[in-house]
Amino acid sequence: MDKVSAPPARPPLLQSVLALPLPRSYLNFVGRQIFRFLQTVQGLGAFALITLGVTFTKFNSSWRVVHPLIRAQVDRAGVRLLPGIVLLGLALGLVIVGQTVSLLQKIGAGQYAGTVMVTVLIRELGPLATALVVLARVGTAIVVELGLSRAQGEVEALEALGIDPVHYLVMPRVLGLAAAIFSLTVYLILVAVCSGYLFVFLQDVPLMPGDYFGQIARALKWEDFALLGLKTATFGAIIATVTCYQGLAQRLRLEDVSDATTRAVAQSVAGCVLADALFIVVYLLM
Amino acid sequence: MAAPADNASATPLIELVDASIASAQEPEVALVAGVSWRLRPGEYWAVGGLDWAGKSDWLTTVAGLQQPVAGAHFLFGWDTASITEAERVAERLRVGLVFENGGRLFTHMTVAQNLALPLRYHRNCPPEETQEAVEAALAFAGLNDFANQMTSQLNRSWRQRVALARALILQPEVLLLDNPLAGLDPRQTRWWLDTLDALNAGHPLLAGRPLALVATADDLRPWQAHARQFALLQRGRWVDLGGRNDLSASSDTVVLDFLSA
Repeated sequence: MDKVSAPPARPPLLQSVLALPLPRSYLNFVGRQIFRFLQTVQGLGAFALITLGVTFTKFNSSWRVVHPLIRAQVDRAGVRLLPGIVLLGLALGLVIVGQTVSLLQKIGAGQYAGTVMVTVLIRELGPLATALVVLARVGTAIVVELGLSRAQGEVEALEALGIDPVHYLVMPRVLGLAAAIFSLTVYLILVAVCSGYLFVFLQDVPLMPGDYFGQIARALKWEDFALLGLKTATFGAIIATVTCYQGLAQRLRLEDVSDATTRAVAQSVAGCVLADALFIVVYLLM
Repeated sequence: MAAPADNASATPLIELVDASIASAQEPEVALVAGVSWRLRPGEYWAVGGLDWAGKSDWLTTVAGLQQPVAGAHFLFGWDTASITEAERVAERLRVGLVFENGGRLFTHMTVAQNLALPLRYHRNCPPEETQEAVEAALAFAGLNDFANQMTSQLNRSWRQRVALARALILQPEVLLLDNPLAGLDPRQTRWWLDTLDALNAGHPLLAGRPLALVATADDLRPWQAHARQFALLQRGRWVDLGGRNDLSASSDTVVLDFLSA
């Protein structure tokens, strides 16, 4: 009987998988994502620089037309959102501030209440929560209105009339949103601090108003005021720039507007979180 | 209508030299190549072309809103590729442009606000200072009754009139019209042709100064008795058809096809 030769030993599965070339589709996918990301960063950066240049060079030109537009954006993104922000401040105060202070008192760490409040509410939660509310309520609307204007050719009509679209459409939104988020954040913090004490009072925590507000005042430094203003204005500028970029910078068809809105929200959140991380580094270095 | 002046030696208001026109949607694609054309004061051009021939892109290039991908574009003697953006905008204000399909009006504004915006922006003045000019433009276009209506409430033919009034509000020297007769009923068509004749001859709205006109069209027949210079955009080429007599006498099959369309 002939001897049957044994089949060659099969290599282990992992080795055979690793020996295969990587599927092209994965490489293509990752490559496309990286290129798309770099293109977006480049486009957004260029758009932001153009807007900055226009803001500095044309701030006072045609001011009778453009400055009322800035005020209109402050009204839209600030004044009209005030009731919602007050409600959010009340909720934050009752849910987070009050509970935190009450807990700190119970474990005998009441002297840290001011520091915790300043760190959590004034430096982080207040600006970020306000920015997200403005993004949801106004940022999305900006993408839709500018996207529709672009899709219907109104932007080309502005250019044909010698009206700079960045000056007329973008600059008022950037300045308006920066001012609005700063103002709303201040209101949010004030309401949250006050409603936080209300919770503390209702919980019968032995903390006098003078001690409560005194702790916060002592924990606040001048850097907190400066960076609060800078941070909130940066958040406003980021949201306005990204949403205007997504609405204006590319030729959109009507059916593209919804995708542009989704992209703008994701990019604005990412931009604000990145900026927030940079500010944390600044705080730590100070 | 005033007789056309012999202005062959006059400096061109707008000039294209061996220009290739790109599509706005695909800027790398040249729709029309090798266009050499001059617009002189007082001329009245009708430029025909079928759908997708590149009429709108040609017109926006002529207006200086987009650059040709090859060749040169001169606006009032200035090479638009070599001047600054501010200089380009200043020259562009001397050109009025009426877009197709309702004129791309600002839909969040009233008719009067649409007309006042360019004046207010460039003169930096309050609304009351533009009132006189706006009222004159409204009366010219027969829009007095619509002054305070939102433009989205108007039908397309009235929106087109608002676009004409808006294009004239800055007192331009050249008026470019993108297919202004598309979709109009005969009465509106008559109004447009008569109004454009009056503007070309010198209308009081523009202090009696004759306006150079360029209109694109997908049917040249209504323009035969009104325009004085004719051209075609045909298969990516610019075809100069000459004057009215040349057009009527032409035995070119393309022209005959187009006129009998």
